[in-house]
Amino acid sequence: MSEHDDHPASQQSIRAEAIESLLIDKGLIDEAAVDEVIVQFNERVGPMNGARIVAKAWKDPDFKSRLLADGTRAIEEFEFTGGQVEKLVVVENTPEVHNVVVCTLWSCYPWAVLGLPPKWYKDPSYRARVVREPRRVLEDFGVEISASKELRVWDSSAEIRYMVLPEPPSDGENQSEEELAARVSRDAMIGVALL
Amino acid sequence: MANGELIFEAPWQATVFGMARALSEAGLYDWDEFRGYLIRTIALRGREDEGDYAYYDHFLTALETLLADRGFVSPESLQARCREFRERPHGHDH
Repeated sequence: MSEHDDHPASQQSIRAEAIESLLIDKGLIDEAAVDEVIVQFNERVGPMNGARIVAKAWKDPDFKSRLLADGTRAIEEFEFTGGQVEKLVVVENTPEVHNVVVCTLWSCYPWAVLGLPPKWYKDPSYRARVVREPRRVLEDFGVEISASKELRVWDSSAEIRYMVLPEPPSDGENQSEEELAARVSRDAMIGVALL
Repeated sequence: MANGELIFEAPWQATVFGMARALSEAGLYDWDEFRGYLIRTIALRGREDEGDYAYYDHFLTALETLLADRGFVSPESLQARCREFRERPHGHDH
């Protein structure tokens, strides 16, 4: 990405670059380490971690009950890198209940299982509206929740991160855990998509 | 999977995020300490109606403040380096 002649670098990009170069001068950081973090979050800490958890919960009722009882402990066996799962609480979608996750404060998000939050998750309009009119917001995502279904909105905080366990796809019974994991989208684990 | 969405709006946002994490992984500070700075920065400067762009702006300010408080990067040296970079000839992008 280059800064063009007619678009001088933004104040922020100059500040970020200046900090990085000072830290490099002092030997406190190297560029490769910074790049490595970005790659790790984009590729390895992404929502595929959450998808593996979801698929295992669908296949293994014992794991599912442990996951719903204590998410933080249940996912220890996966040994995800990327750190930072504060307290992870997994909420289950059922024929009677649909769950959706937000962080009204700013952008608390279960990084270790879902990667970095999507832009809209941090958007003030999502954060405010999903609490006030969740059904409408879900409609904007193309998700129709019948009026008879209970809708629960979970507000993540610095201490507690929520993740949705979606309902399994109706035609997935004979699929392997891996095949199922590939069908789990990030948005379904936030609660703004169905599978 | 509909997961391939762009997460950063500009390269500097990725750099700031990457630095904050890498410094913490290198043991310069605890991630919780950085998070405390971020929460305070947003509490002080955040506005209800601000968009995503502001989020990484706060991230950058939090990192600057922490690095200054801990004596890793002084505000003076940062200012000087910024000035140097601003005065570079246009078209330079590294």
